[in-house]
Amino acid sequence: MFDSIIQNIFNGLQWGSFYSLIALGYTLVYGVLTLINFAHGDIFMVGAYIAFFVATFFLKAASGLPGWVVLTLTLPLTMILTACVGVTLERIAYRPLRRKGANRLYVVITALMCGLILENGNLALLGASRKSFPELVDKVIYTTGAVSMTNLKIAVILSAILVFCLLQFIVTRTKIGMAMRAISYDKFAVPLMGIPIDTIIVFTFILGSSMAGLAGLLYSMSYPILDPYMGALIGWKAFIAAVVGGIGDIRGAFFGGFLLGFVEILVVAFFPSTFRDLIAFSILLLILVYKPTGLFGIAKTTKI
Amino acid sequence: MKRTLSCVGVCLLAVLMCSPCAWGKTIKIGFNIPLTGDIPKVGEESKFAAEMLREDINGAGGLEIGGEKYTLEFIYEDNESKAESAVSAALKLIERDQVLAIVGPNSSKQAVPGGQVCDDNRTPMISPWSTNPDTTKDRPWVFRAAFLDPFQGPVAVDFAMKKFNAKKSAVLFALANDYSKGLAEIFKADFEKKNGTGSVVAFESYGDKDQDFSAQLTKIVAAKPDFIFLPNNYNEVALIVKQAHDLGWKGPFMGADAWGNSELMTLCGDDCIGHYFSTHYAAAGATGATQEFIERYQKKYGYEPADVAALTWDATRIVLKGLQGMGKVTGKVRKDRKNLREAIAGIAEVDGITGKMKFDEQGDPIKCAVVVRISEKGEFVFTESVCP
Repeated sequence: MFDSIIQNIFNGLQWGSFYSLIALGYTLVYGVLTLINFAHGDIFMVGAYIAFFVATFFLKAASGLPGWVVLTLTLPLTMILTACVGVTLERIAYRPLRRKGANRLYVVITALMCGLILENGNLALLGASRKSFPELVDKVIYTTGAVSMTNLKIAVILSAILVFCLLQFIVTRTKIGMAMRAISYDKFAVPLMGIPIDTIIVFTFILGSSMAGLAGLLYSMSYPILDPYMGALIGWKAFIAAVVGGIGDIRGAFFGGFLLGFVEILVVAFFPSTFRDLIAFSILLLILVYKPTGLFGIAKTTKI
Repeated sequence: MKRTLSCVGVCLLAVLMCSPCAWGKTIKIGFNIPLTGDIPKVGEESKFAAEMLREDINGAGGLEIGGEKYTLEFIYEDNESKAESAVSAALKLIERDQVLAIVGPNSSKQAVPGGQVCDDNRTPMISPWSTNPDTTKDRPWVFRAAFLDPFQGPVAVDFAMKKFNAKKSAVLFALANDYSKGLAEIFKADFEKKNGTGSVVAFESYGDKDQDFSAQLTKIVAAKPDFIFLPNNYNEVALIVKQAHDLGWKGPFMGADAWGNSELMTLCGDDCIGHYFSTHYAAAGATGATQEFIERYQKKYGYEPADVAALTWDATRIVLKGLQGMGKVTGKVRKDRKNLREAIAGIAEVDGITGKMKFDEQGDPIKCAVVVRISEKGEFVFTESVCP
């Protein structure tokens, strides 16, 4: 019994890491633009596919390369290319609307459409057949008692923590982070101070999308079957996690993601798994009823 | 701008209206298959097998019914591996395309609701791959080419008890999938009957689109079963098997016929080697007509066909046999459908490439199941055959 609890805590940590990584992207964009970027889950999916194509390219082009070399090449390339996708989306879809001063509602609906375009574009271009992600690093299983860990699980959890620390540092300790916070405080006064608002917004999208790319790579290494709709559900759930944590707050997204991961895993561990989403989301609903701004959110002040 | 748009619209409409009226005598058969969604490979293999058969018949001048030659027209409708889309696909085929019969849907998740539509609309339907009893139960217009889960479940139980000396077992199944849920329940009932109540030590389920099974598998591994029974689709099997190994599981798995797909090994890799599953036929080491089919398919499409391709071939041939048994085609769709149903129901025995089948009064074939082992080369190797 004790062993299974420990095991489930590790399972929850791994599953929560993915929610956290994606929720961070939601929160960054929301913090700066007060825009819920619903296409973010599908950017995560695109990240997973980019990781797949980059990894298979290196495995084919330079066969004989050890797996960890391929991984170190794949990791930055995936993040850069996914960031490009995120920035393109901002350029094509969100910026023109922002320039015209469109209501936030229309931007959110545009984001939803962008997500659907990414999903169905992928389906049309690559076909319905699943992709299997190649195994880049040899899996090592560490077993103590009845608790099993793999090196991949540890890497996933560590990267989520690392990314959180990095983002927290960028937002609170650097000049560009200060500019991001300034935009979230007052979008109209900021250009008057000589801060290039578009550059800062692009930077925000680069940060958020590259985190989604990283999540995509780690996810496809842990669950090595890719399909065009893989980002939809996990994107929705990560968004809920970000809201529960207090959307716009980086700590909120991080803890919200882990909270949702834990609740989902522990519900399955102690109840029939049919109840998973029912109980998990009832708990989150209860949290929101008592604290509508989320765990770390503060009503109506600067966010991020 | 507006004019161009309406012009394009009119052109499209014209093309759409003209396309079904290919002149000459044709017989339309609809295929309600999953070309996208969870199991796209199943739909693809079905389509390829049907295309092969259509080219055969049309190449020989068409199907001869009552002294006249008819060319075959197959209409493929995608059901996206979803129950609700299977219903609309069936309605489209019946009402828009006015087909005489429908082959498919393949998976029971779609075949059970799809069968209801066909039965209500009095259109003969034959499912190649569905094994859930509800597909044909009390539906005189619905037939199938596969054996049933109440037969397949005990086959898996007996094999596991013999091979792994299993006294305790665990099951992980997909709750939203009629096939997976039905087979899991049949398996549990039969295993407990033979090993005493409580011998299925873990009976766990998961939802649609789930990709993380670690909590369920932790429960299963902690219960220490002798083997894990996985009546799941091949894409989920690949994830489950890998995650179970990550959690330290070293024991055997036993699967069912939804494992048998050419994509299983590309998705699952080395993790699936050495496990067993029950299925409709074994491609490795086949003989006679089966071997001929496999070789032709492999030459044409570049990979070895799985059971669903062979079953679609058989199912479509049953429909064609029914058509020939009708005597003549009147041209009135409702009447022809009725005649076709009676002709199919009257078929006593078919010697298909997945084995000899006799039909019982429900429209279900009585045929043998085989158990295959996944070899080190990734081939599905015949281990034993069980006949009712």
